Amino acid sequence: MSSVTLSNIVKRFGTFTAVHQTTLEIPDGAFVTLLGPSGCGKTTNLRMIAGLLDPTEGEILVGGKRVNDVPIHKRNLGIVFQNYALFPHKTVAENVAFGLKYRDVSKADVKKRVQDALDLVQLPDVGDRYPKALSGGQQQRIALARAIVVQPDVLLLDEPLSALDANLREDMRVELKRIQDRIGVTTVFVTHDQSEALAMSDQIVVMSNGRVEQVGTPQDVYNRPASEFVANFLGASNILPARCLSRGPDGALLDAELFGQVTVPADKAETVPGEGPAKLVLRAEKLLLMAEGTAADGMVTAPATVETVDYQGQTVRYFIRVGDRQLQAINLIDGHPFEEGTGVQVGFRPKDCSALGQG
Amino acid sequence: MSVEAREARQPWILLSPALTAVGLLLFVPLLFIVVYSFWLRTASGADQVGFYLDNWNEALTDAFYRDILLNTLKIAVITTIVCALMGYPSAYFIARSKGNKPLLLLLLMLPFWISYIIRTMSWINILGVSGALNTLLLWLGIIDEPIQMLYNETTVILGLVHYLLPFMVLNVFVSLDGIDTTLEDAANSLGATRWQAFTQVTLPLSLPGLAAGSLLCFVLGAGTYITPLVLGGPTDAMFANLVFEAIITQLNWPLGSALSLMLLVVLGLLVMIYNRYLGMAQLMKGLG
Repeated sequence: MSSVTLSNIVKRFGTFTAVHQTTLEIPDGAFVTLLGPSGCGKTTNLRMIAGLLDPTEGEILVGGKRVNDVPIHKRNLGIVFQNYALFPHKTVAENVAFGLKYRDVSKADVKKRVQDALDLVQLPDVGDRYPKALSGGQQQRIALARAIVVQPDVLLLDEPLSALDANLREDMRVELKRIQDRIGVTTVFVTHDQSEALAMSDQIVVMSNGRVEQVGTPQDVYNRPASEFVANFLGASNILPARCLSRGPDGALLDAELFGQVTVPADKAETVPGEGPAKLVLRAEKLLLMAEGTAADGMVTAPATVETVDYQGQTVRYFIRVGDRQLQAINLIDGHPFEEGTGVQVGFRPKDCSALGQG
Repeated sequence: MSVEAREARQPWILLSPALTAVGLLLFVPLLFIVVYSFWLRTASGADQVGFYLDNWNEALTDAFYRDILLNTLKIAVITTIVCALMGYPSAYFIARSKGNKPLLLLLLMLPFWISYIIRTMSWINILGVSGALNTLLLWLGIIDEPIQMLYNETTVILGLVHYLLPFMVLNVFVSLDGIDTTLEDAANSLGATRWQAFTQVTLPLSLPGLAAGSLLCFVLGAGTYITPLVLGGPTDAMFANLVFEAIITQLNWPLGSALSLMLLVVLGLLVMIYNRYLGMAQLMKGLG
């Protein structure tokens, strides 16, 4: 097990820069997620750590040692690929044992370690089968078993859950986290799925256009987005133009469009330097719809009209009109959802919102 | 008619033009040849209709035919091995090339635009006594008089490799192109060097293509008569030359028919054995 460090990494393909100067510290044993939309450079970073791509500039360190010039087969990594990349002509046991062939492991040990790995992924009896005979979820587990059986210094997961269907994906998410906790291997996980990132990570690295937007715990990036991009990428947010009137120890006083004066807690307004233009970030889950005239203690409210109702079972997503803006609200359903065209009152608690400095 | 019945009929409807063509143009003439092989060529030059085993007796017992058959198979095997050794790296190169794959495939097809006979005869201009190579060597002063490089078994194999290499490359290419390159990445990440990843993963997965290409080269090579005719010496006749000789030169259709059927049966048996023991079809099924 080892820490991973990216130091001033740049990756260019011809004239296209896939990764702009990036520095990243992944502590020993951590589960770190690179999160972002496709084309944000997250997979490029992963492939550079893996040794499948060479960085144009900068250094990659694994366990404090520079690995730029270490070929992939000597890096002692475990990689789970998006399409699993199981060897179709080898049995499951042969697949799992593959990496052990290149390490000094006795025959008896190979057998034992393969079985242990299969036990760990809860598929103890499929060793003699061929990958094609397994379901997608099972193939996924075998790919994981093959990657961890070699006791890698770092486990790299390249969107491993994206090929699974929704239910299986959630099961595997729990499973993957359980296995990572058990073996404690430093893990770099690449995904574009924010709920995967929030559920599994110790740290999330949000990326966009080849740059790191924010690094933090799931709560950090969710509750205290450092940029508009992060606020929008992790769940739906409403971003309103505002003006910071003053900034004190108990928060920043903002005068926001539609809602007027709001005091944002200081720890959620760190990017607001002081008086001047700012933005108010309102999570769609924190914006509540209420019947007109409901008493809303401690809330900042405004009148609104329901425009679109997107029913999702447990929750409902509303698009509402407040003044000249359309806002999004995701609410738990209490009784019946509001109908389209209804006049309502929307509100939020100031402690639930955050603020961004301008620019 | 039910949907199932219609669906069951559909393949046959789609196949019928091809089946008709193959039936009329291949199986019916083949039947004629079978019938011919039991007729008898008389001294007067006329064919005597009947059921005679003389041709078969001659074809199966004469050591001359047996030796040439064995030599034919030997040449076909050598050609196939040379094609495999030369074709595999080329196919690998094309399959792994990024941008210019279509161009490389076009270049691979290019020889088919020129008649195989012309391509075979071109070797005379290259290797002949007054050919390009001799002229060059004379001009360079390496030799004093032209060397006879043509008309031996080596030039026959050379001509066959020239003819058959694209078939090998295409077959291997198709199977290599279908292999997910992340499999090699996966093997590398697990500790295999590039060479080990190739021998452990890519090579076994491309064997069906190599087998198909080899079979094609072997059968086409064993059945050829143009190449030995153009590039071989008097002693380099291959089995198809005997058939040509019997039918065209001697006008002995019954004997020619028996000989051609003999080659057909031998090659057919070899193909069956090949499929049975190398089990390529089975391997393909295993890979799904």
